[in-house]
Formats: sequence, structure tokens, C-alpha cells
Amino acid sequence: MMSLFKHTALAAMIGLSTPAFASLAYVSNEKDDTLSIIDTESMEVIDTIEVGARPRGILLSKDHTKLYICASDDDTVQVLDLATRKIVDTLPSGEDPEQFALHPNNRHLYISNEDDAIVTVVDVSNKDVLAQIDVGIEPEGMAVSPDGKWAVNTSETTSMLHWINTETFEIEKNIVVGQRPRHVEFTKDSKIAWASAEIGGTVHIIDVDNLEQIHEMSFKVPGVNQDRVQPVGIELTDDGKYAFVALGPSNHVAVVDAQTYEVLDYLLVGSRVWQLVLDKDQKHLYTTNGVSGDVSVIDVEDLKVIKSIKVGRYPWGVVIDPSS
Amino acid sequence: MSLLFRTAAVLLAATFGMAPLKADSLEVHVGYVQWVPDQGPVLSNVIPEPEDAGLKGAELGLQDNSTTGKFLGQTYTLKSTVADSEAEAIAAIEQLRKSGIELFVVNAPEQTLKSMIAKAGADTLLFNAGSKADGLRTTECNANLLHTMPSYAMLTDALAQWLNQRRWDEIFMITGPTDDDKDWANAFRRSAKRFGLEIIEDKPWTFDADLRRTASKELPLFTQASDYDAVVVADVRGDFGEYVPFNTWLPRPVVGTQGMSPVTWHRVVESWGAAQLQNRFRDLAGRDMNGEDYAAWAAIRSIGTAVTSLGSAEPADVRRFLFSDTFQLAAFKGRKLTYRNWNGQLRQPIPLVHPRGLVARAPFEGFLHPHTEMDTLGFDKPESKCRING
Repeated sequence: MMSLFKHTALAAMIGLSTPAFASLAYVSNEKDDTLSIIDTESMEVIDTIEVGARPRGILLSKDHTKLYICASDDDTVQVLDLATRKIVDTLPSGEDPEQFALHPNNRHLYISNEDDAIVTVVDVSNKDVLAQIDVGIEPEGMAVSPDGKWAVNTSETTSMLHWINTETFEIEKNIVVGQRPRHVEFTKDSKIAWASAEIGGTVHIIDVDNLEQIHEMSFKVPGVNQDRVQPVGIELTDDGKYAFVALGPSNHVAVVDAQTYEVLDYLLVGSRVWQLVLDKDQKHLYTTNGVSGDVSVIDVEDLKVIKSIKVGRYPWGVVIDPSS
Repeated sequence: MSLLFRTAAVLLAATFGMAPLKADSLEVHVGYVQWVPDQGPVLSNVIPEPEDAGLKGAELGLQDNSTTGKFLGQTYTLKSTVADSEAEAIAAIEQLRKSGIELFVVNAPEQTLKSMIAKAGADTLLFNAGSKADGLRTTECNANLLHTMPSYAMLTDALAQWLNQRRWDEIFMITGPTDDDKDWANAFRRSAKRFGLEIIEDKPWTFDADLRRTASKELPLFTQASDYDAVVVADVRGDFGEYVPFNTWLPRPVVGTQGMSPVTWHRVVESWGAAQLQNRFRDLAGRDMNGEDYAAWAAIRSIGTAVTSLGSAEPADVRRFLFSDTFQLAAFKGRKLTYRNWNGQLRQPIPLVHPRGLVARAPFEGFLHPHTEMDTLGFDKPESKCRING
């Protein structure tokens, strides 16, 4: 009994002694060629660092030590060391890299080359180009399923989801969706994929086992012309409760019940909302607002916008480092 | 031996089993005919228009369709003719029709287009990617004609909306001598009335001097008036208009066919993914994409979008689909584009540009419409006699 108490006390002390480190959010500013770094505790920009030309897609290495940056107009993927905040390397990326996704093996990076209608697969450990896969016109969104089985690419002008087998690097299935598909997000169990179609105004729910669409949803924001309702970024909560969908120039984020696909609310954020990310404990959602040049913060529990943070010009991508 | 034979038979059956898949493959043939009459000599001949304007847009559209088609077993071919005369252009339509082509994209003047429609016959679908004539959208209606090129009225409505929201409502107008100039000017006069602008001076351009030497002397006198907010120029072929900016009597902006212009497309348009389209076009054509290229591209992409969805390239099927609620064209203008069901005009935002930058994009917020703001540009249903879908 005594011994148990001692252990608990010890554990509590260790818990207390850990400094309350806030995790950092990284935002790529497409027209400033910079990254803004936001402290998620104070919700303020604490640093701005220069990167390559026209940074768009950004992602974190699985060990959280590096940030990969698509420097679209430099035709390269840059590697930022998070400890020193210096660009330490570049990867061969093919032309005009826009978005990418990292395989759970922390090695295979799938990059969509927007101008070339190609997906390039690079091994980040030795910079080998493992494959270049022909896809539709203007490949954009990239996602790898958490179980590592599938890489999905969206081609905007071809309006398809290309399902790439990550063992063979070959396309196994093409699913036609709404016009201008932009983004794919998998559920944690890799069973369901959500895909947004910007011009179609739709979100397509795909059953990954059968590679078939099981539901299609659309949005109606009160007082906003239907043409302006353009779904782009999607973020799913780990508890399976919510899906958040950024609706572009309608300046709203849709809150969707992730089980019934019912839209629960529309939250007003900045102008032309593009990408979304949840913070480490999933209490806050960060949105990049391209035209207004800021980031909105949404309280997930209250479903309210609580703050907007000024960043650079045309903020595009956003990631949060949960370990920082 | 017997086993081997059986295996072969199974393989054979399997091969035949594949046959229906083959039947899914589809060949789509599109005809493109261009005839652009010589504009005659112009004063400002510094920047010539590309001769393949339109054709290269069609070629890019075909490439885009083919990339999509290869995942679906659909192949596209383009048979194109750039004619040297009206007769040659009309003959080209006849020949293409005889070779079995039923889908056409045409970049030609109004009258030529009308002759082509007659030659093509009823079971075809034509896209007007050249003529901006308002008559084709209001009175001379054709059930199998769609317009991807905006009308003059759409362009001038875009300009008039912009002038209205800037509150620059007193206009000094200069109109050139050609029929196109007069059509453009008539369209603007209608737009001025619609959007509450007052044309305080409406002067025809009558000079025939070489303005490269004398613009700075002639134009200040020509544009004398007590006051105005902007000068509107109607000079479609670009004869004298380039010499109006900075030479006006009063320090006022020049807009219209020169200065800041409402256009179908321009190299400065880069938002909404347009940068990618511009890059693709430059790779293909070695020059910037213009309005004719865009209209031809949009026509071929409309066909491609329909075929992707239908798995058929029958003109009647394609037409039905293009007018249905399910059709939407993703065309880099920030909105989904659809066809007006009364006259076949492709609804589209209109960029307002100066040679090195985008100024604005019509329609503007605040100009309301019961169905879609995009129908504040051009002839709305009650203003058009066309009812091509009954």
C-alpha cells in the first residue's frame, strides 16, 4: 500500500516537473517565401524564416525532427531541421512540387508534380527517385493511408482519385469524383478516405476496402453564393466525432458529424480558407486563410472561432509539431 | 496434352471475356476550324496578334482530355484547319462532316459561323469560340450552337459594373470606324444604361494621321470636355486606342478595348490554379494564352467533361449533359462554369486587366440577381429571344 502511494507520488512529481512546452505550428506563406512559426500556447507568431520560392505543401517527418517543404517555384523539396530552423538539405522532387505525403515508413515521400502530371516517389534517406507515376492533369492532393497500403493522388483537371499501390508504385484504381479534387484525408484506421472537390463543391467518402464511393456530401452556407462554396482542406478528429472541411472563398469551415455525414455548423473564418490542422490534444483547429493572410483558431469543444493570427502573404499549408 | 489444351481454352475464353471491356473504349473526334479575317493595317502595330490564337488553346484542351481519357480507355483526336478565306473555312466544315466528325469548335466571324452551322447540319454540336456578336445570343439562336467566347455585352457589362462600383459614372466615349468597334460601342451603351453610367460625350474616331508622331498633340484636344470620370475606347482591332492613355485632356483613366480592358483571358490571370494552365499553355505554344485560346480550350474541355461522365460522344448526349444540373466546368476562373440554357452561352467571370496586371474580376458583389450573380453579365433570359431548350 505504502509502496503504491510512493509510486503515484513519484509519477505526479515527474508530471509536474515537465515544463509546459507548447507545441509549435508551422505555416507556409506562398507569396512571401517564408514560414511563420506560431506558439500554440500564446497563439502568436514567434519566428518567421525564409525558405525557397513559393512554399506550399509542408509536412513533418515521422520522428518530428524535420519539416519537408514543397518550394514549388524552385522545383525542389527542402528539408528544414526543426532544432536549428535551418534548411539542411534538398530532395529531388520533379517539377513544380505542390503537395506531398510521407509513408509511415518515414522514407517514401510521394510528391505531386503539378506541371508534369506525374507523382514522384523519393526515398528521403538516400534521395533515390524510386518511381515516377503518370497521373491525370494537375496532380494536387497526396495522402498515404496510415496503414501504408495506399497512396492517393488527386488530379485537379482530370477530376480523379488515383489509388497507387505502395508496394508496386502502380495505379490500381481511378475513381472519378467532382470537379477539381484537392485533398484526401484518411481515417486513423485507414478504412475511410475523405476527398474534397473544389469546383464540384462536394466531399466524397470512399470505402477503402472496396475502393468505392459510399457517400457524397455538399454544403450550403447561409447567405453565401453556392459558387463560392469550394471545399479544400479536410481534418478529422481522432475520436471519430468530427470532420472539418475548409470551404475556400466562402470563408467558412464546415463542421461535419463524421459518422452520419451531417453538417452540424458553418464557422466564419478568414478569406479563402485553404488548409486545416488540429493541435496536439485536438482542442484547437488552425486554418490558413490565403486571401486575408491570417490563421484562424477554432475551439473544437465549443465550435467557436477564438482568434485570428496575422501571418505572411497567402498562407497555404499548416502543420503542428506535437512533440515540440 | 489435354490439360494444356484445356488451359489454352480457358485462356481463350478469358480473352473473349475481356472483349466487352474493349467495347468500353471510345474514340472522340473533334473538328477545329479557324478563320480570322485580316484586320487591315493599324497604327499601333507594335504587338501583333498570334496567328494560331485559338488553335493552340484547342490543342491544349485536347491534351488535357487525352490525359484524363487514358485512364478510362477514351482517346481524343483533333482535326484542325486554319483557313485563309471564308470559303475555305466553310468547305473545311463540309469535309470534316463527311469524314464523320460531329463535334466542332469554330473560331470565325458571325456570318461565317452562320454558314458553317447550315453546312454542319442538325445532328452536330458546334462551339463558338470566336464571335462575340450579341445577335448570336439574342435573336439568331441555334439549338446546336454553344458559345464559350463571352459576348460583347458580357465584357462591357463587366466594365460598366466596375465603373459603377468605383463611382466613375461620367464617361467620355471614343468609337472607331469598324463594324466590330460599333458593336462593342453599342454593347457599352447598353451596359451604361444598365449600370447607371452617363455618356457625356460619344465621339467617333475620324482621324487618319499617324498618331505615333502626333498623339500627344491631337488627343488632348480631341478629349476636351468640361468634366468626365473616365475615357472609354471602342477600338477592337487596336488601331488608335493604344495612344489614348496619358494623352487625354483631363487626367483620367482610359478603359475599354485599351488601357484597362474586360477580357476573356489574359496572361496576368493566375489565381484559382490558373498559373498551372498558363504554364501548360506556354510549354505547348511558346507564348502567352489569350482569349481565343481560352475559348477554344473551354469548348474542348466541355466535351471532355461530358465524355468522362457519359462514356458517350454522341452530340445529342453531350448537349443534354452540358445543359444538365450535373455539368460544371472547372476552368480556372474561381467559379464553376455552366451554360445558359436559353442561348447556350457559357457563364463566366470576366477579368479586368491592364497589360501587366489584374485589376479586378466581374461580377462584383452587390450586383444582385435572383438566380446567379454571373447572369448580371450579358443578356439575361428576359432580354434574349433565344429559347434553345424550349
